[in-house]
Amino acid sequence: MAESDRLPELERMRDADLARGLFGVVRDKASRVRDRLGRPLVVMEVCGTHTMAIARSGLRGLLAGLVELRSGPGCPVCVTDQGHIDQMIELASRPNVTVATFGDMIRVPGSRASLERARASGAAVEVVYSPADAVDLAAATAGEVVFLGVGFETTAPAVALSVQLAAGRKLANYSIYPAHKLVPPVMRTLLAMPELKLDGFLLPGHATAIIGRRALDFVGSEFGLPAVVTGFEVPEILDGLRVLLDLVESGRPAVENAYRRVVREEGNLQARAVMDRYFAVEDTAWRGFGRVPGSGMGLAVAYRDFDARIRFGLGEAAPGLEKGCRCGDLMKGLINPDECPLFGRACHPGRPAGPCMVSSEGACAAFYRYERRAGFPRAGGLEEAPIRG
Amino acid sequence: MCLAVPGRVAEILGDNWVLIETFGLTSKVGTHLVGEVAVDDYLVVHAGYAIEKLDVDEARERIRLWEELLADGGIG
Amino acid sequence: MAKKGWEEAGNKEEVVLLPHGDGGALTHELIERVFLPRFANPLLRQLGDGAVLGPLSGRVVLTTDSFVVDPLFFPGGDIGKLAVCGTINDLAVSGAVPRYLTAGFIIEEGLPLSVLERVAESMAAVCRDTGVEIVAGDTKVVERGAADGLFINTAGVGVMPEGVELGCDLVSPGDVVLASGNLGEHGLTILAQRHRLDAGGRLRSDCAPLNGLTGRLIRELKTLRVMRDLTRGGLATAAKEIAGAAGVTIRLFESACPVSPVVRGACELLGLDPLYLANEGKLMAVVGRAEAEQALALMRADPLGPDAVIIGEVGEGEGDLLLQTGLGGTKVLDLLAGDPLPRIC
Repeated sequence: MAESDRLPELERMRDADLARGLFGVVRDKASRVRDRLGRPLVVMEVCGTHTMAIARSGLRGLLAGLVELRSGPGCPVCVTDQGHIDQMIELASRPNVTVATFGDMIRVPGSRASLERARASGAAVEVVYSPADAVDLAAATAGEVVFLGVGFETTAPAVALSVQLAAGRKLANYSIYPAHKLVPPVMRTLLAMPELKLDGFLLPGHATAIIGRRALDFVGSEFGLPAVVTGFEVPEILDGLRVLLDLVESGRPAVENAYRRVVREEGNLQARAVMDRYFAVEDTAWRGFGRVPGSGMGLAVAYRDFDARIRFGLGEAAPGLEKGCRCGDLMKGLINPDECPLFGRACHPGRPAGPCMVSSEGACAAFYRYERRAGFPRAGGLEEAPIRG
Repeated sequence: MCLAVPGRVAEILGDNWVLIETFGLTSKVGTHLVGEVAVDDYLVVHAGYAIEKLDVDEARERIRLWEELLADGGIG
Repeated sequence: MAKKGWEEAGNKEEVVLLPHGDGGALTHELIERVFLPRFANPLLRQLGDGAVLGPLSGRVVLTTDSFVVDPLFFPGGDIGKLAVCGTINDLAVSGAVPRYLTAGFIIEEGLPLSVLERVAESMAAVCRDTGVEIVAGDTKVVERGAADGLFINTAGVGVMPEGVELGCDLVSPGDVVLASGNLGEHGLTILAQRHRLDAGGRLRSDCAPLNGLTGRLIRELKTLRVMRDLTRGGLATAAKEIAGAAGVTIRLFESACPVSPVVRGACELLGLDPLYLANEGKLMAVVGRAEAEQALALMRADPLGPDAVIIGEVGEGEGDLLLQTGLGGTKVLDLLAGDPLPRIC
């Protein structure tokens, strides 16, 4: 499937043979480390896109018994607190207000309904690909348009730019509901938990592209855990694991960059300048986690007019922490999904409570689907496809 | 949160907007976060904006490293 | 905030009005002007309350579908073409030769007449190409805002050739799964139109009538078990349904999944999985292992199947759909909770 003007390096980055070769390297290394530790390695990734890519590749099953790949609070959509969703729904239900959002958000449940359910009841909800599209929507309509600002540092600059766009076009009917989350503060909160038992992290490649490798150096220098900034193609994920295994083997608590083609030491200063100009750090609630200080962003003072919470007179969002939800303990590795009191009963893929079930590849959603099947094949190694078309 | 795709700058539209091409699909992308770009540069695109330029040399270097590793018989 | 999938009529342009749907003079005028000349056939021209089809030699297959698409016109087709091909394809993959269609239109008042004429012309073009006739229809007009411009329902009648037996109950372990070509083209074309992500206009819906291809497979193969038209939910949904109905496990090979480069690019940009995206001119077929290569050759010889591939196999099981990944791992595939949407995560 050759594209004549496609960079050959980019094609190579997706090469299946390369991936299989790297898998062999990782498997051998992981076996050695597992033998030395006397148990499988426990690695946490903190990026929803890594969760998806790992699930899609079948890697978890292939590394079973060698490396336990655990998902941390890395999906900014899944960690949106129920209280915030409720406010988003409230806005969408107001006359003359349209809520514009990334597609990921519409099925995340609030305390009663999701944006999708609300839309069926008449709420105005539009899915957009880019916040710039939401600005175009505002320019084309007389009613108010509120963009749901969700995402980590990868996404926040684009949302900030939409405020710039709207201001430049003198649009009085555009605002943001700010629900962005920041990676370093939640990593600190996670790392400070005494019961957390991990051997290392795979760090989110694109959020780190914005904040810089240096911004996450504290994982090693303050908390003594090795971590690797990792890309998203299968060979890159395997490479991230390879480098992490080297760090664990050599006992070096360093934070390495295995995604240098995109991530720089200092990150993207221009993007951070845009964030600093339009946003201001604030405390915010994370679904399944509770309040994490300094982990969210509201609009900066000069741009408060664009803060939908102020424009529409919304009070403080009622935190949604569902009673009995043990996503936090799950992420720490203290329990398995079926040990949570809500699992399979009050919490299931059709009606998820915490982020572990909201994410379609979250630990609980995956467990619900995979483990509850009779005779699910546990692939232990590489298999050749018997028929090739 | 990290869904971002590399694409080649096909045309400069001006005012910080370009057309990028990904596997033959052409779409409009904002370059406000990455400064000056030229046709044939590769950008990493997220939600309609480029978040970084792709360092092609680093990509080449990484692939070379992998190929060496595997040529060594995967000893590592 | 109304989003229009078609151009608002200018002042001088003729539009569809509520009286066009009330069965009186204006309705007759609409039918005479828009539908009769295009769907030209003796049965329809009689304008009876029912079309008398006469005896049909063989088992009769009946199907129906409703079509709601926004935008109404897109690269590769429009709602009319979709409505005719969709129902023809349902008949074709059931093993029937498609013969007759009905077409029911629910029109939003204010729709330009020229839009309706274009849609009718598209429908007529497919009918001419396939020999299928639209023999009965209905027209209703609803108030502004009550329909997205136009909704179409088509019901179809086809005839099963003697001796043809197809069904999920025939699927057994050892069988092979084929896909007739590149996945995701229709679904992605619609999404890319909505989100203005195809500045180069490379994406096109694959909307097409499959009865020629299915006829070929039915005639030449002895162990054709079942076929499916891969519409909403994509190949994964169809495969999952077959696995469940047949009580087997279907294993798909990720490396075999046929996706054109431009669809791959759009999927990456939007965060979509081509296995779950809608197609409107592709089918999935399950055949006995011994005839796998022959089935592939038959598909590839058809104008609609040059990119056909063997995409999976059937094994013992209880209704699971598995994906053998490029890496050699296994992923369980499930039904989606809803339509695929652009993601950031």
